[in-house]
Amino acid sequence: MTPSDALEQALRADRGRLVAALVARTGDLQRAEDALQEAAASALVHWGRSGVPSHPQGWLLRVALRKAIDGYRRDGRARDHADAILALAEDEAMLAVPPEIPDDRLRLIFICCHPALAAKSRVALTLRLLGGLTTAEIAGVFLDDEPTMGQRLSRAKSKIAAAGIPFKVPDPEDWHDRLAAVLTVIYLIFTQGHALGPASPRDLCGEAIFLARLVNGLLPDQPEIEGCLALLLLPPRPPCRADRPHGRNRAADGAGPQPLGSRDDRGWSGRAGSRPCPPRAGAVPDQGGHRGPARRPRPARLATDRGALRPVA
Amino acid sequence: MRYMLILYGDSALDPAPDSPEFGPWMEEFMSLGTRMKGVAGILAGEGLQGVETATCLRTRGGKVETMDGPFAETREQLGGFYLVEAADLDAALKFAAGIPIARTGTVDVRPVMDYG
Repeated sequence: MTPSDALEQALRADRGRLVAALVARTGDLQRAEDALQEAAASALVHWGRSGVPSHPQGWLLRVALRKAIDGYRRDGRARDHADAILALAEDEAMLAVPPEIPDDRLRLIFICCHPALAAKSRVALTLRLLGGLTTAEIAGVFLDDEPTMGQRLSRAKSKIAAAGIPFKVPDPEDWHDRLAAVLTVIYLIFTQGHALGPASPRDLCGEAIFLARLVNGLLPDQPEIEGCLALLLLPPRPPCRADRPHGRNRAADGAGPQPLGSRDDRGWSGRAGSRPCPPRAGAVPDQGGHRGPARRPRPARLATDRGALRPVA
Repeated sequence: MRYMLILYGDSALDPAPDSPEFGPWMEEFMSLGTRMKGVAGILAGEGLQGVETATCLRTRGGKVETMDGPFAETREQLGGFYLVEAADLDAALKFAAGIPIARTGTVDVRPVMDYG
């Protein structure tokens, strides 16, 4: 494998994890990204000369930590960041033995989707830091030009640093609102991918499913997250809707609602009335039954249950 | 970090001093931040007299110009502020949510510039 292939593979698999680990140590999204960028550039040189290391991700994190320290020195702000530098140096020394990268991606998702940021910035930042999309690719998603999107991303990152938006998993009392904000961002990424269709430079539906799986893996047993993931994984709808004007079911007067009886369901991959994901025990409250807040059905869960059912004429 | 919480509201929506709602409303201001996690302290906090008492000043070309009242005729006016020491933005936002003005007006939460 060539060094550039190895680098691409390492970054594709673990970019979010590396950025998250660096943000946890620097508290600064821009510095974390810059440090990883410099480490990647350095990898191309070093790996070309002495071969790909046995743990490319560990190598990248270690070098990125050094680059972050260099960055502080270069800015002449080393004294202001003495604590951060000490922590970075300690981490760097510890990393010598196990190349294990701690997983801080959950905190990274919550900071990207913080309600103090504009909704569009949340989506853009999530795609950038967790999805690893380039600024140009994100600009394409929003039909913006690249400099405008670059400014939006950099404004969002400066606001996080300047306003003191914390790099942490939210407190229990804020939990549901903040989780809803995260799931909304994931769902927006999915619908945007759906709307752009094959014209999209990146498979945004795939990115959304990746993010939903990631959140589901990091926070297991949350009905709302499972609901969101299931919603994204539902089989595609039969080709009878307004967004498929040339489908077999195009109504006589153009795109529009279809009477159930006249619908051609051959494109529907699910069974009639099938539920791809049976409702979790307790996810839907019994009539009159009261359950704790964690078990109350939330919007994504309900949307999935509704979407999974197919009306039968 | 220090945050300035700038209160914008329409004073016509505040309870009148002789109304029964006034006491509990003031009590809410007084008890702010007493049991709030992540807020180390209120460094300052004041309510301002009405905009009709305001005087605006600017110097242009070395000449002082003064003007009666505020510039903008908006319903929501700057009515007061808090300066708090908070762990992070989340803590400052939680404090802001407890200010009674937030129910009828707007609270602008701004990190204070650090000249270190």
